[in-house]
Amino acid sequence: MLQLPVYLDNNATTPLDPRVLETMLPFFTQHFGNASSRHHAYGWAAEAAIDLAREQVAALIGADPKEIIFTSGATEADNLALKGVFEMYADKGNHIITTEVEHKAVLDTCKHLEKLGASVTYLKVNEEGMIDLKELESAITAKTIIVAVMYANNEIGSINPIREISAIAKRHGVLMMSDITQAAGKVPVNVTKDGIDLAAFSAHKLYGPKGIGALYVRRKSPRVKVTAQMDGGGHERGMRSGTLNVPAIAGFGKACELAMQEMEEEGKRLGAMRDKLENALLQLEETYVNGSRAHRLPHVSNISFRYVEGEALLMGFGKEVALSSGSACTSASPEPSYVLKALGLGDDLAHSSLRFGLGRFTTEEEIDFTINAVTATVNRLREISPLWEMFKEGEDMNAIEWSHQ
Amino acid sequence: MTCGMPLDYECFILMLMSYAERVLDYYNNPRNAGTLDKNSQHVGTGLVHVSEYVDVVRFQIEVNPVTHVIRDARFKTFGCGSAIACSSITTEWIKGKTIEEAFRLDHMEIVEALSLPPSKIHSAILTEDAVRAAINDYRFKNGMEPAVEEYEEPADYYDERD
Repeated sequence: MLQLPVYLDNNATTPLDPRVLETMLPFFTQHFGNASSRHHAYGWAAEAAIDLAREQVAALIGADPKEIIFTSGATEADNLALKGVFEMYADKGNHIITTEVEHKAVLDTCKHLEKLGASVTYLKVNEEGMIDLKELESAITAKTIIVAVMYANNEIGSINPIREISAIAKRHGVLMMSDITQAAGKVPVNVTKDGIDLAAFSAHKLYGPKGIGALYVRRKSPRVKVTAQMDGGGHERGMRSGTLNVPAIAGFGKACELAMQEMEEEGKRLGAMRDKLENALLQLEETYVNGSRAHRLPHVSNISFRYVEGEALLMGFGKEVALSSGSACTSASPEPSYVLKALGLGDDLAHSSLRFGLGRFTTEEEIDFTINAVTATVNRLREISPLWEMFKEGEDMNAIEWSHQ
Repeated sequence: MTCGMPLDYECFILMLMSYAERVLDYYNNPRNAGTLDKNSQHVGTGLVHVSEYVDVVRFQIEVNPVTHVIRDARFKTFGCGSAIACSSITTEWIKGKTIEEAFRLDHMEIVEALSLPPSKIHSAILTEDAVRAAINDYRFKNGMEPAVEEYEEPADYYDERD
């Protein structure tokens, strides 16, 4: 029995895995202790849970447990990494290199640092969503302190060549930071092999709870330091004060353990379903996949359906399929997705996009249902789209004669 | 989903509350979507767009050449659900009106009829523009001067200043 609406917005968040919930529950009531309480059993139980979780989280990304700093999520981890490095390495320089298609947690942090004297280079991307490595290398100056490039993009799922990027950073003695939120637990991420010095991610994208995340901070070659952005009891090796959220951290750990065990098989299963969905939808005319298809997360597909508007599409199957669109048709934010615009998409295609994000609980039946629902709605809206009619009549779409307004 | 988490149906209702039911009704069952013969002497066509929203509305009217009463209207719209609803509801409203009456359509009437949120007022403005463009296309085809928007001064404008 199909439960509606079908959830295909797993890049926004994922449902908590019931096995994760089971791990978390005792830490709300039974083992409620403060992990910093060193002198009684309640504290010890909490501390043991934290230690285990820290190992599980570190193992997922090939890190040492001591290199994991728990935060409230990826946004806080991105903030801590960039602001912390900017303050800590002020003697070395003030230059940050990042890309146009980073998550807002990175972009807006950079904007904030610019007001505090940072100089930031935002690298452009090509139509696949990839930066030019030569451009990256030539952007590095003696003042550059950090290169921040996301592992995988949240809107189009493209995976960056992190090893090549970190090799360039390393060659110039610059720190390499990566927001690995979309990639961790979905594709193998290894901070050592990938040459990452700082990595931010969160639990709720990998079937863990919301409100918990981590920043990986390298301890050896080089030993990276960040200035704390939250002062207090000196938790997390002084880098992030605040009583640890024990149930969430225990859940985060379990989620990482499960992801590590199931990632490979899950990736294959989701990749096959994603391809089925994508190939079926591409049967529709004037339909395009956005971003790289070769270097991409297995569970993501971003598709533009030309001559229909994304928000109208979402309204069409809102009760049936839960999705995101690159369109934002409100006066508050008239701009379509900045990521799609950065790929070089025109406003029309950016407004016509839908992001399909499959997940651990997506079924074949749901994919079949989605194919039918999306196809029907696209066809229905095209029937009432003036642009579609003009296109079908062979009019030059670049020379439309508009009425004088 | 088989993760065992029941999803409360209320979340839909909350989601849909932001759009008035009438918008959804017109979106799901658009009235008078379609095309009239743009080359006909009796048909006026308005094709307008708002580049930053990429909304496009094509509004067509068929006019009785003797009485100047609009006897048919059709629309096609590329845009969000409320843009579609604005165009559709206006085709119903406009039928039976003279082109002079129809030119006085105020977009706020559409906003009220559909209970649009402030963020969607631009959809109603675009429909208003499309209607006026269609009327003027008809007038042009039939050798009439274009109609212009009248500015109506509030009756008590001067009184209030005193």
